[in-house]
Formats: sequence, structure tokens, C-alpha cells
Amino acid sequence: MSSARADTTPWLLAAPGALLFTALVVVPLALTLMLSFHVYDAATGVKDAYTLAHYTAILSDSYFLNIFWRTLRLAALTTLICAAIGAPEAYILSRMREPWRSVFLLAIIGPLLVSVVVRTFGWSMLLGPAGLVNEAFRALGLGTVKILYTETAVVIALVHVMLPFMVIPVWTSLQKLDPMVEAAAWTLGASRFTALRRVVMPQVTMGLLSGSLVVFGLSASAFAIPALLGGRRLKMAATLVYDEYMHELNWPLGAAIAILVLVINLVIMLAYQRVVEARAKRTLG
Amino acid sequence: MGFLTLDGLTRLYGDVAAVSDVNLSVAKGEFISLLGPSGCGKTTTLQMIAGLVEPTSGRITLDGRDITHEKPDRRGLGIVFQSYALFPHMTVAQNVSFGLEMRKVSRPEREVRVKQALALVQLSSLADRYPRQLSGGQRQRVAVARALVIDPPVLLLDEPLSNLDAKLREEMQFELRGIQQRVGTTTIMVTHDQSEALSMSDRVVVMEQGRIMQVDAPYRLYESPATPFISSFVGKMNRLSGVWRHGGVEIGGRVLACEGAGFSDGAAAVLAIRPEKINLTAPGAGVLDGRVKGRFFLGSAWFFTVETPAGLIGVSLPNSGEEPAREGDQIGLDWSRASARAAEPDGVQPA
Repeated sequence: MSSARADTTPWLLAAPGALLFTALVVVPLALTLMLSFHVYDAATGVKDAYTLAHYTAILSDSYFLNIFWRTLRLAALTTLICAAIGAPEAYILSRMREPWRSVFLLAIIGPLLVSVVVRTFGWSMLLGPAGLVNEAFRALGLGTVKILYTETAVVIALVHVMLPFMVIPVWTSLQKLDPMVEAAAWTLGASRFTALRRVVMPQVTMGLLSGSLVVFGLSASAFAIPALLGGRRLKMAATLVYDEYMHELNWPLGAAIAILVLVINLVIMLAYQRVVEARAKRTLG
Repeated sequence: MGFLTLDGLTRLYGDVAAVSDVNLSVAKGEFISLLGPSGCGKTTTLQMIAGLVEPTSGRITLDGRDITHEKPDRRGLGIVFQSYALFPHMTVAQNVSFGLEMRKVSRPEREVRVKQALALVQLSSLADRYPRQLSGGQRQRVAVARALVIDPPVLLLDEPLSNLDAKLREEMQFELRGIQQRVGTTTIMVTHDQSEALSMSDRVVVMEQGRIMQVDAPYRLYESPATPFISSFVGKMNRLSGVWRHGGVEIGGRVLACEGAGFSDGAAAVLAIRPEKINLTAPGAGVLDGRVKGRFFLGSAWFFTVETPAGLIGVSLPNSGEEPAREGDQIGLDWSRASARAAEPDGVQPA
């Protein structure tokens, strides 16, 4: 009796979470996957027949491939910039004293507290032809620069909102680092820069890795920022899916794009995780 | 002129002096301990020598060179940190090799010197392990090897034994001292453990509230502590207050003979005597009678607390293999006149 209970208890405890996950993630995903194989007819809509046509259409059309490529490129660029800015920022933050640390931490997390639509419109006002940035350029005699509705605008806004996802994990791994370890490197003859590169950096690899994964994943699936700052012509994966669903009404094609994006994202992230984490695990334990 | 000298070294944090006016001259090859309770400024002093804390005023010279404002990476001192501060992502050999790499030592020479350093601390077989795979004592030895491999003019040890368990701490005391004597490196160790300081050092520097109170060889420090604080911080000390009269300290109408130059009859005085300088005798046969209040067995010794008319007195007896007096027994306490000395009540030892 008691052993039977011991067997079922873990299942019962896991059940609520499993049910929620099934209902909210697995079922919609399965439905999307099934939908992506349905035949679509522009006149009559979704039919009950199955086909691989959507996938072959996407993979053979340079229009879609270009958008996929742009999505990955911008997500990777955002991740790179976030790492380049976020890691030093986290290091400086970890060396700050109260109350400055709290103030700056709030400034970094700030973007997350503002609605994505409001924040993005804020950027479009700043970056537009009559925005503050271009006014400044004109005042300096640099002329008007087209920023809004370019990839630059999308990357700027993505970096802005993704930075906390990079800073916080790096900061956390810095917190775990004995500050005397860096001092030990100095006393052994390492300059400040060498100590950072040889001693501090290797130990924040894990933080940098997990931050990169989150930033890359969120950037690659971002919707509001490319929709509002990329304009109608500059599409990314999420805006493309939206268009297929809402404008073309070709739901199966949209579903196929969504599934492909998911698979590509998953493959890239898992591969990345395996490579870097294996290295970090071996040395950090 | 010493090999390493501290001249009026002071460090203020706001208005509070963590270290004030520390003067010290360390000879080449000497093993010096900075001893004191936590917050006495000993670690700050060490960090100023290491270059990790900037002195507010004062001068540090090493072999005649002023290093007061030199960056830590230019001083070339070897430091063993309290937490050992090993590089967790490097193997033992890589940890030890790091300082040599920074000095641009060629790879073949580096390998030879790393091997020698690891042999010195008896860790040759663990060269490829990572710090997390080592025990506390092994980590400590890696830290020592890493600090010594660069042939530092001065080795600084910051509470090197405080993270080890009692048994290991005792072993490492002798081992560290042995390594230091073999290598001959001038060494400064910070510790709050008086037995460590006494057993390892050539000279002990006692610090209290940022100031140096006494600098002496361990034996002299123990036998003639300069202040009551030192007398009770270094070893145990019975302190019985009374009045100086007839060449002794009078307490409760009884004169207890002791050393004490410069006291005039009737002056307030404190009789100071170490617990191990007192013998137990039959009642009436000693200087003072009393009743055993508590008895503690310490393995190599017995420790008694004895209630006497002069106050509670601690007595330490070596364990001779027989069971001594029990709690509640009436006993006598005896000591030689030379082993007890009179001190002024405010604590200042007469000159």
C-alpha cells in the first residue's frame, strides 16, 4: 500500500504542471504542426487533405529564405552586441557600491517595465526622420540619416530590451566569484586587463552562455519591434508568420513557417548549448 | 635598515583608522606574524604591503626601494589568501604556472619550476587536478606553491590555516614553517591564533585597534607581555588585584610574594601569573589555599578553576598519567616568586 503510494506520489505532484504544459504548449504546437500539412486553397480555405507543398514552397522560395536569414543574422548580431555591452556592464555593476548599484540595476531592468508597444513607439519617435536623433545629426551638420525602418533600428531596439537578459546572468555568475581571485592574479604579475581576460572571463562563461541563449531565442522570435521599427517591407520570422495568418489568411503556410522557425531555432540553440556548456562544465564543474 | 620596512603606515576609512602609524622593520629571511583579534588592522596592513589597499600615509620600502604606491602586479610579492583564491578553471599545474607565464618565463623552464614547486609542497601527483577536486589542505598547499614559484622577495600569508580543521592546522603549521626555512623567504603571516603565531614565527607583532602594541620573539612575548591585553590574548593569565606591600601583592590580608620593581607600599597592584606556573599541593603547604571548582581534561593537560580568598584562579597541570584532585577537593596552590609578577592595575607594566 505504502509502496504503491510512493510510486504514484511523484506523478501526482508533477501532474498539475504537466497538464498545464500539455494544454498550453504541447496541444497548440501539435495543432500547428498538423495544420502545416493541410492543403490550402485560396478560394475555399483549409482542406482536409495533406501535403508537403508548404514546406517545399518555403524552402525553395528566396523570399522566405531571405527573411529567415535576416532573422538569424539580426538575432545573432543583437546577441553579440548584448554580450559586448552586457558583460562589461555586469562587471562594473558588481564593483559598484550601494546605492548606485540599485540605481543602475533599475536603469538596466527599466525597459522590461515598459510595455513593448510604448517602448517601440518611443524608439520610432527618436529614430524617425524628424526625430531627436536626426535633429541632432542635422544640428551637427551631418544631414538626415535614414534609421527608422532599417535593420539598424530593429537591432538598436532589440539590444535595448534584451540587455537585462544578458547583464543579469553574467552579474549572477560574477557574484559567485571570489573577488580575491582577481587580486591573486594581480599579485602574480597580471595586469588588470590580463586578469580580466585570463581569470574573470572564463568564470562568467556560463552566465554569458545562458544570457546569449535567452537573448538569441527572444530576438529571433521578436514580433513588436520588427513590426513597428522594420516597417512593412523589412520582415522577420514572427512578422512573416503574422502576415500569412492575418493578411494572406493562408494559415497552413503560416503554420509551416512557424514550425520551420521553431526547428531552426531549436537546432541552433541546442548545438550552441552543447558546444559551450560541455567546455564550461569540464573546467568549472 | 630592514629588508622590508613599514614607516608610519596609516590607513583611514572615513574618520576611523584601520591602521595607524605602524612602524616595522623586517630582516631578510625572517618569519614575522601579525597577531591580533579581528578588526585590529592586521589584514589591512598585509593588504597595504601587497598593494591591494592604498595607504593613507606612510611609506613601505622593499630592499631599499619605495613601493608605497606601486601596483600589486609590479611588486612581485607572493601572497597566500585566506580563501586561497585559486583559479577554479585551471589545473593545479596551470595555477602554479600562472605567475611564471606573467613573467614571460619560457615553457621548458616553467615546467621545471612548476614541478619543483609542487614537489616542495608534496603535490607532484595532483598536478592535473582542478582545485575543486582537492581537499582543503591540498588547496592550501597549491596556494603556497603558486606564491613561492615566482621566487618572491617576500611571502605574505593571510590567515593561511584558518580554513583547515584543527588536526590539519597543526600539521600545516610545522609544514609551512619547514618550507619557509628551506626556501628562506622573508615571510609575513597574519593570524588571530596565538598558538600559530608563537609556534611559527621568529618575531610576533601584536596589534590592537590599528596599532602595534608589542614586537618580540614568541618566548619573550609570552613571558613578558607589555599590556594586560597581550597577557590574556597570548596564552592565559590569572590577574588578581590587591595592594603592593612587603615585596608582594596583598590580597585579603595575605601577602602573595611576586616580582615587582618600582612599586611603593600601598600602591594598587595586580598579581599576574600564568596557569601552568602554579602547582597543586596539599592544603596549607602552598602560597594560597582553595577549593577545586571545575576540572577539565585536555588530553595533554588538566585545567582547574580554583576558588581562593584572592579570587578564581586557573591552574594548568601536565597530564602525568594519574588522576589529580577532583571537583570540591580542598587543595593548596604554590608558585615560585619569580614566576609571578606585579602589574599596575590600569595595565601598564612598570619600566
